[in-house]
Amino acid sequence: MNDQTLFSIFFSAMVVNNFTLAMFLGLCPFMGVSARVETALRMGLANIFVLVLTSLSAWFLNTFVLEKVPFLRIISFIIVVASLVQIVEMVVKKISPVLFRQLGIFLPLMTTNCAIFGLAIFQTNRGYGFLQGIVFAVGAGLGLTLALVLMASIRESVEFSDVPAIAKGTGLVLIIAGTLSLAFMGFAGLL
Amino acid sequence: MANGKLKQILTDGAWRQNTGLVVLLGLCPLLAVTNTVVNGLALGLATMLTLMVSNLSVSLMRGFLRPEIRIPAFVLIIASVVTVIELLMHAFFYDLYRVLGIFIPLIVTNCAIIGRAEAFASRNKPLPSLIDGFATGLGFCITLVLLGTLRELSGRGTLFSGAEMLLGEWGRAITLTMIPEHPGFLLAMLPPGAFFGLALLIATRKAWESRKTGKQQRAASVMVADEGPAR
Repeated sequence: MNDQTLFSIFFSAMVVNNFTLAMFLGLCPFMGVSARVETALRMGLANIFVLVLTSLSAWFLNTFVLEKVPFLRIISFIIVVASLVQIVEMVVKKISPVLFRQLGIFLPLMTTNCAIFGLAIFQTNRGYGFLQGIVFAVGAGLGLTLALVLMASIRESVEFSDVPAIAKGTGLVLIIAGTLSLAFMGFAGLL
Repeated sequence: MANGKLKQILTDGAWRQNTGLVVLLGLCPLLAVTNTVVNGLALGLATMLTLMVSNLSVSLMRGFLRPEIRIPAFVLIIASVVTVIELLMHAFFYDLYRVLGIFIPLIVTNCAIIGRAEAFASRNKPLPSLIDGFATGLGFCITLVLLGTLRELSGRGTLFSGAEMLLGEWGRAITLTMIPEHPGFLLAMLPPGAFFGLALLIATRKAWESRKTGKQQRAASVMVADEGPAR
């Protein structure tokens, strides 16, 4: 059992050790669906939802199943994540077909989103309890959303700028990401 | 298997469809572990091994798998392979296992692996699939090492520091100090350096490719002018 306070877990996951900008988790959607602020925000919210559910399931697995069979950790986590993503996909498709189309391939790709899988592994390695896990998941999810929305706002405003041909597209996105990450380095050592 | 096809699989995997630089899959490990060459190389080799074994198994099973359940089956195969690799690293390369930490289990979520299983291995014979896994892994490994070199050289002025973790005690000897009394450039070692470094690599590759196609186009237009329709 880990004895970090809930606030420090939350703040660390959201800002200081931001999943995307400091730990390099969940970069695919960060690059892929960050062209529009609105889509980015919704992707972030979908992520929070899946993260919290993952944290719950990981806690359950860790407490009741994996103690006896620790070598099944990776396999069981990936199954949990894959089924959760499947559920979210069906829910989103039913509730908001527009969002479903906007998120496109990145919705099923959440299965291979390292942020979600990474959260489960982190939670296990650090021995978070039930409540700590949920707080960790919400913090990490908000951090992802923050990074996504920041990225999308910058990308929207530089959309028509004149950049050298070789830096167009991915190069520019990476440079913006680097700058954002540089800004987030300012939080290092705060906790 | 024809030699030409083999060469095509190799160049496609390692350069033309390079996972790190062109297709942009598997970015997370690519950026996270490349603060030194050795870390990059170690994760690159682990990923390459996973790709080869998973491609081979998927290809061997392609006759039995019903299309509806193929994706979960791929994921399970990959997860098992990664579990084995994690246990092996825990047993034989404990220091590396500690340094790479969460990024070893995260090989499972490297989209490049399931991408190759779906796009290549599920439609091809075992041998070409194995070679495709090798080529894709090699391309990924090269990118990791390139970025690692860039960051370690500018960040610390050394190369291959920590090689003893991969090679055993004698690895200490191959650590090279390229720039003596390097003051240390923290930015390159920290996360922002990874983003900037990869941006630089991608831009360089793009500049190279556009120069090459530019040359080809010019050559082609000259040919058209000289001898009528080319090819």
